[in-house]
Amino acid sequence: MRLAILDRGHSLGTKAPFVLIRAASRQPVLDVIKLVKYPADFYGAPMQGVTQEAMRGPSAWSVADRELMAAFVAKTNECEWCTKAHAAAGEGAYRDGARVSAVLSDFETATIEEPLRATLRMLCKLTREHAVNADDMRAVLAAGVSRSQIEDALAVCFSFNTIGRVADAFGFFLPGPKAFEAGAKYLLARGYR
Amino acid sequence: MSDITKARKALVTRILEGDGTASRAQRRAAFDHTGFAEPLNTLIDKVTKQAYRVTDEDIAAAKAAGLSEDQIFEIVVCAAIGQAARQHDTALAALEAATNKE
Repeated sequence: MRLAILDRGHSLGTKAPFVLIRAASRQPVLDVIKLVKYPADFYGAPMQGVTQEAMRGPSAWSVADRELMAAFVAKTNECEWCTKAHAAAGEGAYRDGARVSAVLSDFETATIEEPLRATLRMLCKLTREHAVNADDMRAVLAAGVSRSQIEDALAVCFSFNTIGRVADAFGFFLPGPKAFEAGAKYLLARGYR
Repeated sequence: MSDITKARKALVTRILEGDGTASRAQRRAAFDHTGFAEPLNTLIDKVTKQAYRVTDEDIAAAKAAGLSEDQIFEIVVCAAIGQAARQHDTALAALEAATNKE
């Protein structure tokens, strides 16, 4: 990571759980965990409040759909770290790696439901161009997506348009697939708290 | 449906109005992406538009300009959340416009 404080600036009390994580997962502590714990009251804790609600709060979208959207927003932002982390979570939640790979490769041709495809199209434009208009939203509604589903998808997009920027700016270390698999298991079991 | 309204507001209030090592004015400027001189302007611009293009040199330049790591941490976080919030607000306004005319 580009800031030494994010690697080594934690208090002793904060560092102690890192030892447990390394022992339990047999993987290095992911940089996102180091980030949200430094210092937790400024960014980590309030951001986790947003992300937990967006990713695990009540929604007509499944947890798997929302993890897929997170990976998709990250891919659109060219954030490799978040793409891999949330692709792994999406694959675990769907129990279908091919579905996630197909969407991340080309969501327009992937075999997915049309409401999901229309939602991803809108999220892609919002993330890439930083704006969408009423016609874009009408197209999503016309595909059968409810207003509350759109709001839920936008909440996921807000979270990952934040997290991806932070991950890339601070230069998160990109670990191997096993570390992301361990992280995905944690996210699916415990959420973002 | 999920509702991030309260949590988003708490997050933005914390980073802009709570205690920090960067001044409130600096954090607000990063959030709004306005008013920074070089080299910080380049760093904030990249975080806002293409964060994957941030380099070690951008962070080193911010340090050379006199910022501590804690200040850089806070300013980058504020810039990231500011841009995500603007996108979110634009999209919610578009949704409101689309549903009001139906």
